[in-house]
Amino acid sequence: MDFLVFLKKNMKNKILIPFTAISFLFIFFILYEGLNRSNVYTPETVTNKKIPKFKVKVFDSEKEITSKEIFENDIHYLLNIWASWCIPCRDEHPYLMELKRNKKLEIVGLNYKDKIKNAKNFLDELNNPYTLILSDVDGTVAIEWGAYGVPETFLIYNGKIIKKIIGPMNEKLFKEIEKAIK
Amino acid sequence: MASLIGFYSLFFSLGCSILILLFSFKNLKNTTNFDNKLLSLTFLQLVFIILSFFGLIIAFINSDFSNSTVFNHSHTTKPLFYKISGTWGNHEGSLLLWLLVLTLFIFLFLISSKKQPKKYRVLTLLFQQIIIIGFLIFLIQTSNPFAQIYPVPSEGLGLNPILQDPALAIHPPILYLGYVGSSIIFSSVLAASSTNYISKEWAKHIKQWILISWIFLTLGILLGSIWAYYELGWGGFWFWDPVENVSLMPWLALTTLFHCVLVLEKKLLLTSWVVILSIATFTLSMSGTFLVRSGILNSVHTFANDPERGLYILIFLFILIFLSLIVFFFFHKTDGRNKITFFWLSKETSILINNWFMMYFLAVVLIGTTYPIFLDVLSSQKISVGPPFYHKLIVPFLIPFLLAMAIGPKLNWIKSDLQNKFHLLLLLAISLLLSFLIIRILEISFLFNTILFTSAFYLFFITLRDFFIKGFKNLAQNIAHFGFSLLILSILLNNFLSNEVITNLKIGETYRSDELTINFEKIEKIKRQNFEAIIGKFNVKKDDGIVEILKPELRIYNQPNIVTSEADIKTNLLSDKFITMNLVQNQEYFNIRYQIKPFMIWIWFSVIIISFGGFFSLFKKKYEK
Repeated sequence: MDFLVFLKKNMKNKILIPFTAISFLFIFFILYEGLNRSNVYTPETVTNKKIPKFKVKVFDSEKEITSKEIFENDIHYLLNIWASWCIPCRDEHPYLMELKRNKKLEIVGLNYKDKIKNAKNFLDELNNPYTLILSDVDGTVAIEWGAYGVPETFLIYNGKIIKKIIGPMNEKLFKEIEKAIK
Repeated sequence: MASLIGFYSLFFSLGCSILILLFSFKNLKNTTNFDNKLLSLTFLQLVFIILSFFGLIIAFINSDFSNSTVFNHSHTTKPLFYKISGTWGNHEGSLLLWLLVLTLFIFLFLISSKKQPKKYRVLTLLFQQIIIIGFLIFLIQTSNPFAQIYPVPSEGLGLNPILQDPALAIHPPILYLGYVGSSIIFSSVLAASSTNYISKEWAKHIKQWILISWIFLTLGILLGSIWAYYELGWGGFWFWDPVENVSLMPWLALTTLFHCVLVLEKKLLLTSWVVILSIATFTLSMSGTFLVRSGILNSVHTFANDPERGLYILIFLFILIFLSLIVFFFFHKTDGRNKITFFWLSKETSILINNWFMMYFLAVVLIGTTYPIFLDVLSSQKISVGPPFYHKLIVPFLIPFLLAMAIGPKLNWIKSDLQNKFHLLLLLAISLLLSFLIIRILEISFLFNTILFTSAFYLFFITLRDFFIKGFKNLAQNIAHFGFSLLILSILLNNFLSNEVITNLKIGETYRSDELTINFEKIEKIKRQNFEAIIGKFNVKKDDGIVEILKPELRIYNQPNIVTSEADIKTNLLSDKFITMNLVQNQEYFNIRYQIKPFMIWIWFSVIIISFGGFFSLFKKKYEK
């Protein structure tokens, strides 16, 4: 039985035509709206969500560490999810290096689905902004954090996520972070 | 001067369009014969567009920088070949090429369709002219390739170096022949629907056009893919980039359409499928143009973003969709011809099953490509859809798809039974055994991969057997299906056996691992016409003692000033060795990426086999049982 024929015979005038017309109008509207939007990543701000609890391996060692131990001090933390294969990570790297100078902030790296050797080369090449690097070989920790992909950055204070940046950092977001720490 | 001629030719061809519209309406009402004035006018229009196109080419050859397209995309030191290919390596010029193909195809259609009914021919011409007029106005209004600059600049801005490549010089024309070829199918199906001429004769005649578009589209996608492989240096053949996706979608629709037309030609079934797919193929090609040219999606193909252009294409696209929906709902008649029910085990049922699978694949690609736009507009969330999405949703469904592809052609039309099909089971057993062994050797996860390999091998063996048993019977179909099985097998093996080394090396240093050593011997500097090349020399020694010399390049282009990295690829039948080197800022070492990519050449080769199947079908007299 040809499904389309069935549809045409039975419901042609009553349902199918208005339905098709409305669907296409809807699609037109969406695409029209889409035209006027920029297609660059924008930050999503999450305020006061608690950080997930997890246990994770420290990069290039067998040592395991819990989330509580990582974020125990009374300062701001920046959790940056990165990988050596991620091109936008290279773009945001200078901002991380700049943030490293800020004494009120500690940057924790979460190395996502990466080979240790490649990750080391990456840091040798561009310098290391992280005070601590965690290793997320299968990407499960990133899922715990609700990450969309790499790079992604979380600003943490007092065990809570106060800001979340999807995609690479830029000048504007960099300034916002500096402001938040003050 | 050439620019001026080119510019006015556009207006003259618009004039031709209007005359054609007038005479078409007159011709529809009055006479019984096809008015030959229409043919002459179509030819005249083609001549004007050719004039315009050559006007632009000449402006590029002469580096006439008073023309803004030439100024933006060319430079005096560019080799002649790339000056010419620069003509269509930009938004304006590529649209002109698009128009050239539109007018060329309708002219070829008219001279090759003399046996078809008059009314159908005139209406096809009419619908095609609507498309041509739309594009002409788009070109003149928003993307004039002949815009003048005054004062005349003394030097141009140059062509993006990654576009200065032989594969990419011929990729757009070939791809456009496929894309735009589908416009003829679109116009023809609307004409045939409104004159109630969807018949076996029509199917036979339109099949040729479907095949031609299909072959060019296949080869066009292949060229783009090869280019991305060696020029972008990502070391793969498909990245699920939006631009790749928008070329894949019409391909899926066109492939499905071709199979439906075979059923239509033979059994006068699936007429609604044929009409909808014909409309969908061209609409998807147009949507592709919209998505790429409007800048609504992020992509490696960066054409100028201009919302005004996007809006124009969007409105034009929806006018065409609206027009075709009216024709489909109010003119297309099924008058009970489709009432014959299908027996479950027959060739048409298996084609129908595969249609639904193809529609599923199409839907996955469509959703993956456009979902980010919808989500952004509706909820202001930004996501990007990557390869895992496509792999997870497509790969499992390849299994039944491959099996149906293997068994379907074995069945008869209308009704068949499974007597004397012992060899089908035997080949299945062989495939299973072979896959089992391969999985064991590769040590990859077991159950799913075994089934996947089995289904691919099954299609492979069944088509291979048919080459010997059936000889020339069904050869075209067999070649294409054989090519597809080879493609899937090559992709699978390539995926599982790929290997990669990324390291930093100074000149003279050597990288060692258990399997190979890479020695960075030296670099040389060479000055070429429009770039300076730094060529590295690497000796790669495998554990079996064979030394290969690879010479990747860094190219520093003068205009625009861009550094590109050229991979050096050593290809043989079993695998590609792929090496790229990159400068590391403020460091004396280079970043080296060495990859072993097995069966790469087989991926390209199997796509060529698939398109050869289509080519063969084009010259075949009649589709046999």
